Amino acid sequence: MSVHRDDLGARIGMWLFLFTEMLLFGGLFLLYSAYRSLHPLEFHAAGSELNVALGVFNTLVLLTSSYTLALSLTAVEKGQAQLAKRLVAATILLGTVFLIVKGFEWSAEFRHGIYPNGPELLKRAPGEVLFFGLYFTMTGLHGLHILAGMALLSVALLKLAKGTVKRGESIFLENVGLYWHLVDVIWIFLLPLFYLAA
Amino acid sequence: MNTNYLEPQGRGALRDWICSTDHKRIGVLYLSVMLTMFWVAVLIGVLMRLEQMTMGPTLMTPATYNAMFTVHGVIMIFLFVLPGLPAVFGNFMLPLMIGARDVSFPRINLLSWYFFIVGGALAVASLFLGGGAPDTGWTFYVPFSLRTGTNVSLAVFAAFLLGFSSILTGINFITTVHRMRAPGMTWHRMPLFVWALYSTAWIQVIATPVIGITLLLVILERTFGIGVFDPAKGGDPVLYQHLFWIYSHPAVYVMIVPAMGAITEIIPTFARRTIFGYKAIAYSSIAIAALGSLVWAHHMFTSGMSELANTVFSLLTFIVAVPSAIKVFNWTATLYKGSTKLEAPMLYALSFIFLFCIGGLTGVMQGALALNVHLHDTYFIVGHFHYTMFGGTGFAFFAALLYWFPKMFGRTYSKKGAVVAWVHMFIGFNILYGSMMLLGLKGMPRRYFDHLPQYHHLHVVATVGSWILVAGLAIYFITLLRALLHGAKAEASPWGGLTLEWTVSSPPPVENFDVIPTVTSSPYAYNPTRTS
Amino acid sequence: MTMNTEHAHIEPVSYKTITTVWVVLLALTAVLVAVSHVSPFWAVAAMLTLTPLKAGLVLYYFMHLKYEGPLIKGMVAVALATLVIFISMMFLDIAFR
Repeated sequence: MSVHRDDLGARIGMWLFLFTEMLLFGGLFLLYSAYRSLHPLEFHAAGSELNVALGVFNTLVLLTSSYTLALSLTAVEKGQAQLAKRLVAATILLGTVFLIVKGFEWSAEFRHGIYPNGPELLKRAPGEVLFFGLYFTMTGLHGLHILAGMALLSVALLKLAKGTVKRGESIFLENVGLYWHLVDVIWIFLLPLFYLAA
Repeated sequence: MNTNYLEPQGRGALRDWICSTDHKRIGVLYLSVMLTMFWVAVLIGVLMRLEQMTMGPTLMTPATYNAMFTVHGVIMIFLFVLPGLPAVFGNFMLPLMIGARDVSFPRINLLSWYFFIVGGALAVASLFLGGGAPDTGWTFYVPFSLRTGTNVSLAVFAAFLLGFSSILTGINFITTVHRMRAPGMTWHRMPLFVWALYSTAWIQVIATPVIGITLLLVILERTFGIGVFDPAKGGDPVLYQHLFWIYSHPAVYVMIVPAMGAITEIIPTFARRTIFGYKAIAYSSIAIAALGSLVWAHHMFTSGMSELANTVFSLLTFIVAVPSAIKVFNWTATLYKGSTKLEAPMLYALSFIFLFCIGGLTGVMQGALALNVHLHDTYFIVGHFHYTMFGGTGFAFFAALLYWFPKMFGRTYSKKGAVVAWVHMFIGFNILYGSMMLLGLKGMPRRYFDHLPQYHHLHVVATVGSWILVAGLAIYFITLLRALLHGAKAEASPWGGLTLEWTVSSPPPVENFDVIPTVTSSPYAYNPTRTS
Repeated sequence: MTMNTEHAHIEPVSYKTITTVWVVLLALTAVLVAVSHVSPFWAVAAMLTLTPLKAGLVLYYFMHLKYEGPLIKGMVAVALATLVIFISMMFLDIAFR
């Protein structure tokens, strides 16, 4: 069975997969919007516990990682393979920074007893418990997607190095880009929902 | 010159099959696993009916009965009816029907099957490991699913993987229909089964992730106690139901739309008439997918929702019946002045229309708020969904298998065997599920291990019906098994069908077509004088 | 229209365009954070307007949606509309109990 090449088909397939990611997180956004409408004051109070500076910093990190990745695709399509590789590597680095910052945030929260079924959380009002339940679930699920994205980016970097991704044959990088940018878009929504709720 | 797809390909039988990216082999792989799981679930159903033969315990404890109806539902829904026609006939026939050599993403297709069997294996494992089979009902409603010690997390994770399998199939089919049609095959020259698969694929892609996240949350809730569904922590169990049914209602359209698509292929072939109202049928599939995504809360009328929600969802539920009815009218009109041959597939297809109408109309009944208060969680509901899922999708699946069996396996089967099977199945089915409708109207609750004396007579009747039905199923499968082993060779087009799959040999060659055809006309040109 | 080998070559988006979009995204983030501190009302208003705008920029320029045909644009619209409808219809229940 010959494997035919169909770049537009590959992009359509990727977009369809991205829709599933949108709806996956969409279910969580549905829960967030319901619970926030039911517990506005408690969401406000719980939000003030989060570190806005770190949240904003991570947003800038992720926006910049999308920037470097978008640049890398243009670089490949212009035949600038070396530049492309450096940009993809930069994207992976920025993803790592994001996860490290997230790690710091979570461990600080854990130390304060703020985690599902944690001692501090169980003392709080239901609205705050729900806020943090959603916070850990959504940022956690998002973090897993960042990890998956970094794995895909690493494969893309390898393919760039080997020359299997190159000018005129860059659909793999393009599709990895679509995935990574969507993960960025999800974070764009998570920022105001959690960090700016206060 | 292409060899046929069933012949050995040199890597040894096992690897030839389970590492194959050929859509035809993948379809057969799905068929084998699905039919196996089907029989497991049938057996559980038989045992449940035996339990209801007497009042009080007959064969099992109440806890076991709870596990039985849960597992029966999980297997039937997630491992048989949902993959259903798309996984078997969609995979096998879609590329052939549009004049392609395979789907857009053959390796993803195989991956989809791998997710399917791993999900299936985990579902079976949940019956035996640690806490024992889940006892929550296939709907896993909170808060009980958060509290029970049975293997809910494992079963729910299995369902998650099965959902992923469905998503990948949906992605594949949408892309394939857009990108792989043969030259000249415009959208309005596609077979209607393809329109059905396309509409269904959109539901698979859009709706399935919602249950994905819901199931994930149940696991997180059970493991970490996040609180989003736990009333003890402020969670709202009704929100669980919203998320659950946002998928699970459209899911029933995943089950029925491809079934209707197969019926739409069978009827013109055996009526020797072009389909009445091609565009109406094509667009009604899209309409069902769209409207069907807006009615989910009709499963929740008695859960404590607002009156506004109840009213809106009830109205939408009445509206969603319209596109299905359009199909019924069009199938019937197709028969008018046709030259009908009552071959086995046609017999099953015609009875589909009858059984599905009962199922569909009782669904509309349930959409009426006042009736719903009395009928919800009774055997009426159980009767309704068996008429639609079994009388509908089940019978359509059996019809499609009889229709396409010669093409898929290159063998003919005994018409007499198929008809005798049908007689048993039709009689047994209506006794079993008709009795359930009556039981429900009289107030018998569902998922109850035991029943009051006033329900006893009908329960016995139903159980006898189940034996006749199962006998019919057995005759059906024995008929096809014998055909596989000893059947006469089938020709390329035993029924005179005009869609592209009938232009290749039975079984088809590995690459489907020696030369990709160019399409110049509609797929149902049986009667050139009728304009439709 | 069907093609088995579609090498549809999309013109690479220029470095300049990508950089401009990035700068705008950073600026919009700054505005979002600043406005959120004014009052809860402005926080929600900013979130409901600026956030979709940022997301839209990423979709349009970084994800090339601007340069895709009506098919993919239409598909994205369907997916997003469906999510919005799901959430809205859920509120028919939650907000009116």
